[in-house]
Amino acid sequence: MIAGIDPHTLLPTAKGESSSQGLNAAQPKEKKDLVFVNIGPSHPATHGTLRALCALDGETIVAAVTEIGYLHRGFEKDTEVHTFQQCIPYTDRLNYVSAIMNNVGFCKAVERMLAIQVPERALYIRVITCELNRIIDHLVCAGANLVDIGALTNFWYSFNVREKVYNILEKLCGARLTSSYMRIGGLSRDVYPAFEDEVIAVLKEIRKGVQDVKKLISTNRIFLDRARDICVISGEKAIQYGWTGPTLRASGVEYDLRRAEPYYHYEDFKFDVPIGTIGDVYDRIFIRFYEIDESIHIIEQALRKLPGGPVMTDDKRVALPPKQQTYGNIEGLMNHFKIIMHGICPEPGEIYDATEAANGELGFTIVSDGSKNPYRIKCRPPCFMNFAAYHEMIEGVIIADAVANLGSINIIAGELDR
Amino acid sequence: MDQQAILEKLKTLLPEAIKGSADRYGQLEVQVERLKIAEVVKALRDDPEVGFNLLIDIVSVDYSNYPGWTGDRFGVIYHLKSLGLGHRAWLKVTTPEEEPSVPTISHLYGNADWLEREAFDQMGIRFAHHPNLKRILNHHEFVGHPLRKDYPITRRQWLSANESLMDEMNARLNKKGYV
Amino acid sequence: MGMTGETFPAITTRKDAVVAWGQKNSLWPMPFGTACCAIEFMGVAASVFDIARFGAELVRFSPRQSDLLLVAGTVTFKQAPILKQIYEQMCEPKWVISMGVCASSGGFYNNYCTVQGIDQIIPVDVYISGCPPRPEAILQAVLKLQHKIENPNTTPPAQFKVKEPTFDY
Repeated sequence: MIAGIDPHTLLPTAKGESSSQGLNAAQPKEKKDLVFVNIGPSHPATHGTLRALCALDGETIVAAVTEIGYLHRGFEKDTEVHTFQQCIPYTDRLNYVSAIMNNVGFCKAVERMLAIQVPERALYIRVITCELNRIIDHLVCAGANLVDIGALTNFWYSFNVREKVYNILEKLCGARLTSSYMRIGGLSRDVYPAFEDEVIAVLKEIRKGVQDVKKLISTNRIFLDRARDICVISGEKAIQYGWTGPTLRASGVEYDLRRAEPYYHYEDFKFDVPIGTIGDVYDRIFIRFYEIDESIHIIEQALRKLPGGPVMTDDKRVALPPKQQTYGNIEGLMNHFKIIMHGICPEPGEIYDATEAANGELGFTIVSDGSKNPYRIKCRPPCFMNFAAYHEMIEGVIIADAVANLGSINIIAGELDR
Repeated sequence: MDQQAILEKLKTLLPEAIKGSADRYGQLEVQVERLKIAEVVKALRDDPEVGFNLLIDIVSVDYSNYPGWTGDRFGVIYHLKSLGLGHRAWLKVTTPEEEPSVPTISHLYGNADWLEREAFDQMGIRFAHHPNLKRILNHHEFVGHPLRKDYPITRRQWLSANESLMDEMNARLNKKGYV
Repeated sequence: MGMTGETFPAITTRKDAVVAWGQKNSLWPMPFGTACCAIEFMGVAASVFDIARFGAELVRFSPRQSDLLLVAGTVTFKQAPILKQIYEQMCEPKWVISMGVCASSGGFYNNYCTVQGIDQIIPVDVYISGCPPRPEAILQAVLKLQHKIENPNTTPPAQFKVKEPTFDY
């Protein structure tokens, strides 16, 4: 924010507008002096489908109202008519930039309901793929945000790296974006033989890509003026709005589920939780670069520790038997039949389970009635909370800063509207 | 603070509001009297030993098809967490079909505003004294509440024109002193 | 088009052929990106796949400046009036590519809030399958559209002709 700006008066400029400013202050504030502008729902800076109706006084936003729901595609209703396994592709399309993390979040909740022990190898591969996804998510967020404020080159740099990560994900599961790689009880398949070497190679590329982007912006005057002290949100305010993840940490609150409530051996990995100082756009962009570095560390440690063994539990309630058994003996055949036809049936009950996704705490509340279909699934999307605070953040700043801010809180419409 | 301690604390703070408790896979669920929920949430938020400063989620459930369910039709679950102390708990209220109304907590947490609007939109639960209880995910011409179990999943409703949002904008400008 | 000889520096052709040639090689897409497909479209625009090779890199976010509407992602009933308005704001000639199954048919979102295919609202020239489609599929759709622009009255060439699947219910 430009220091000392009053949202209800004109921007103070260098060449003698102080008299008109004084005049303005004396007059009553009238609605007819304002210009109403819709940002979105189809607007390049809204990354899809958000809408903010802004009342402008000059270039300054004096009041804003936001609307969501343009990508509400019925995730929660759809899951009620599908089996637990069939819900996994739907979770892919929540935060489609980091699909595997949603898979993991959902599978982890169901696995806790069923009290299934996931094999160690599967856990480590989950950690590796999750962190790769976190890197992509942060790269897309930072790249797209920088495009919004006019730095197009960074977009190419970060997307080049992203394509290389996608090559790995594609080899893992056949899809680039919506992977459905996880299964309840483990993974759909083991990693391919050259996986570890390729991940190490791609980590090097990521480091270089991030370095390139940082080199372009970290001392760039235009970027700093556009990002520093813009749309500051304090830690208390962020907590008040239920923020989690990088956006909360940018405001100086050290809260990371991987630290606070460790899962999947995160307590054994050495990594730092970077936090910001004031919570402006600059902090929210740069914290993502630091988190990419930490994710790289975690992946390196996980690769070193990666144990052998199966990647799918042998629990008969969720795991399909090997083909020889399905065709070879009656127990195997019945087991196969039961899982395919009757599905996975957790005991009746209610659970809330959360993982640290790229945007923050991704939680699933699952109500089961003992049948093969979930009775009710509610996803806690981290962006929902971020966007709930958006209208308050952009009041008082100029319209270009609102665009910069929107990119920095990383709204993914699929997750926001579900 | 462990679960038992939170429950004991709550019982000392507001004994008349507590209907029961349960363990949900390691998390504490406290069943709360419907009309007392705002008081309970406020007490838990402001108490320094509990300090639930983060509202994680508000979940609405329609129990009408739930096997063996005899209570009220709708349930509303509040997920709370304390960032400083690290513990979590759920509060659950149930509300009958004829009068699905729960006191709002939108004055206590910033994100409760939208979360309650979502519960209203999807499940038709009314939050008393909510400042702006209107649809959030579905469009304004939508009739019915899609996540209720008696709403058929393929009943589609076309929208003729989008909202102007000027009613919300006017309210907001009035609040800021515009005439 | 053909050269008539080196001594006479001119070529002869038909007017509509020249116009079509220009149109097909300078498509200005307006990505109506709503969901996952939009992220994949960003991948197509980026350096690895590079839609610029086919002359369609000048992405315009104003419908009034573009002639190709690329609907990438799920269209919900709340979004439908906006899509229609954007289509109507585009100047003739205009083409529409429906990217991904959600836009083409609703995909696996067969529920209360998703439009079951944008062809219920606006005409579509090329459909792309996939959830989301691979970048190559998007490039192929652009090529197919270019063929359609060049030959407005002909059927698609053999390589695009697929035998209609017959279902025996």
